[in-house]
Amino acid sequence: MNFDFTDDQRTIKSTAKEFLAARFKADKLRELAEGGEYDSAIWDEMRELGWAGIFIDEEFEGQGLGVVELAILMEEMGYALAPSPFFSNAAAGLLIQHAGSEDQKRKWLPGIASGEQPGTVGEIKNGSAPLVSDAEDAALIVLFDCDRASVVERSAADVQKVDTIDSTRRFASVSAEGGEPLEGDVQAGLDRIATALSAELTGLAQRTMEMAVDYAKERKQFERPIGAYQAVSHRCAQMLMEVESARALTYFAAYAADAEPEELSLAASAAKAYASDAGWRVSASALQVHGGIGFTWEHDLHFFLKRAKTDGHLFGTARQHRDRVADLAMARTAAATA
Amino acid sequence: MDLTLSPDEEAFRDELRTWLETHHPGEEPKGDEEEAFAFRREWQTKLHEAGWAGVSWPKEYGGRGASLIEQAIYSAEMVRARAPSPANVLGLAMGGPTVIGHGTEEQKERFIQPILSGEEIWCQGFSEPDSGSDLASLKTKAVKDNGDWVVTGQKVWTTFAHHSKWCMLVARTDPDVPKHKGLTYFLMDMEQDAVQVRPLRQITGQAEFNELFLEEARIPDENVIGGVGNGWMVAITTLMNERSGLAFGAMAQVRRDLNDLIEVARENGLDEDPVTRQRIAQLHMEVEALRINAYRGLTGIMKTGQPGPEGSLGKWAWSDINQSLTEAAMEIRGHEAPIIDEAWTYRFLRARANSIEGGTTEILRNIIAERVLGMPKLR
Repeated sequence: MNFDFTDDQRTIKSTAKEFLAARFKADKLRELAEGGEYDSAIWDEMRELGWAGIFIDEEFEGQGLGVVELAILMEEMGYALAPSPFFSNAAAGLLIQHAGSEDQKRKWLPGIASGEQPGTVGEIKNGSAPLVSDAEDAALIVLFDCDRASVVERSAADVQKVDTIDSTRRFASVSAEGGEPLEGDVQAGLDRIATALSAELTGLAQRTMEMAVDYAKERKQFERPIGAYQAVSHRCAQMLMEVESARALTYFAAYAADAEPEELSLAASAAKAYASDAGWRVSASALQVHGGIGFTWEHDLHFFLKRAKTDGHLFGTARQHRDRVADLAMARTAAATA
Repeated sequence: MDLTLSPDEEAFRDELRTWLETHHPGEEPKGDEEEAFAFRREWQTKLHEAGWAGVSWPKEYGGRGASLIEQAIYSAEMVRARAPSPANVLGLAMGGPTVIGHGTEEQKERFIQPILSGEEIWCQGFSEPDSGSDLASLKTKAVKDNGDWVVTGQKVWTTFAHHSKWCMLVARTDPDVPKHKGLTYFLMDMEQDAVQVRPLRQITGQAEFNELFLEEARIPDENVIGGVGNGWMVAITTLMNERSGLAFGAMAQVRRDLNDLIEVARENGLDEDPVTRQRIAQLHMEVEALRINAYRGLTGIMKTGQPGPEGSLGKWAWSDINQSLTEAAMEIRGHEAPIIDEAWTYRFLRARANSIEGGTTEILRNIIAERVLGMPKLR
């Protein structure tokens, strides 16, 4: 029994934190967020570090690590609010790894692992996918509808840019006919994608909490730092409660993905439901701590808040995941008492 | 990360599980408090004889020397089997560890064994009517008189005082130094006329708590624990043991109660009701987060020897969860929920104390803000 990262995992975490902090300094982040752009040189560096294929099997030219390592990177991506196609590409890799045939994996995973032929994943609603991240520059797009999924080439899809509140990630609508179906376990891929997003939400919540705490220590009103008032400090304590709970559920889901896959569905939905709420609530609470300045465009907080809200609506909302948690948790109780 | 149990830990769990299957005493008698207490005392004797009392205590003091993980397993298995609590809960969870940590050899010799056997029940005299969260402001005073200490004052919220032989008492021995420095920790014999116990009826109708009136009660000097003037430090040990000793049981209890709640939802035909389902799911998530954070905290303690921030969050999270869980049970039971019921009435009303006992939620938030987040102090 040991609920902690290994030394190797810790190294991945600290390397990612340092790398992302150095690349996405405040000015750079603002420039990219306001322009709705990525920096392709930084993405190239991430690819050279092997991040794109971190969880992909070595036989398909990935690093052969697991969802725990992916979650570590995603948490740091959230913390840094990194604008990058990393998540979209990983999502495609996860779906193809779990739902693709051997041939399909051989065909697509190496390009995803190197990031040279990046992928993305979109959810079909009423015949087309209205909100797909990074579809414009993807080489392939996995479209899913419940537990059916198929892969379409970018060139065969109609891709239209969509503006969302989150300008740190690029979105498009996608419609396409046909494509190559993935016959394997689509849900296993989706559960891992939800886990990865929960990790990003945890990182976003952690960062906005830190912004609020730092501000509350500095900002003075009525001759003392506002953090000395319990109305403010208790709000921050609540943030920590939600951050640590989101983190716990996320790490457990990542652990389950790698070590106890029979636990994954319930764990992934619990993580995504909780982290979706926490990502929004913590960042919104951080805005309140900042007061008027937090509502201005000049302050960076809103970029985090908008990514958090948007993440909460990708790959299942909190409400949808809670409904699934209810199903699975109740079935478990029935089995235990039967 | 590895959440599997080692073969030794599995063996520990299986041994306990098997023992419980054959020795479980059945349900605690309801209604008569004396009868219920006698039942729990007998249960503790059984536990002790089989070596299942004080599992966390070192072997040299009659414990089992269980690892932190084994302690967690022990608490979870006890709840799982719906085993009754032993009679001497406070002696086992707090008194023993405090004597082991701060007591002299003579004190260990004298006090430890009867705690384990349940022969001598312990209670805790910390809170006072005017000193709740601000415990260090307590006024009960102890004055030296011919080798004895003479104690006068009032204590409140003293669980099991009416059954107790010993009271872990914190009193002021020096009024002229800053408040945290003038306190001393005593073991007070409850069997003397100068100690009056008055039961305090709770909102549940039961009287688990008491008021304690001390009118020149006498304590021999050899019953000071940890030295005169060190009472605050010793009291903190007691409170830390309370928090960690009860944590895993509390965590297992909310999981079990959530399973009960799901059954109630089914019986009331609300298992397909969207609002009920969302609420149950939310509770499941919070119970899981509590469980995982407890294991994260445990890993931290094993590594650093210190409880991490997860520990201070745990008690707060647990009280929130238990309150919303029992509230959900009332809502699910609907129109008939106010009718007194063996399964839920006590749990529902008792839960209101959860955010007060062992550190109020407000104090826990202060601790988290100041010591974990490093926010400025108000005072």
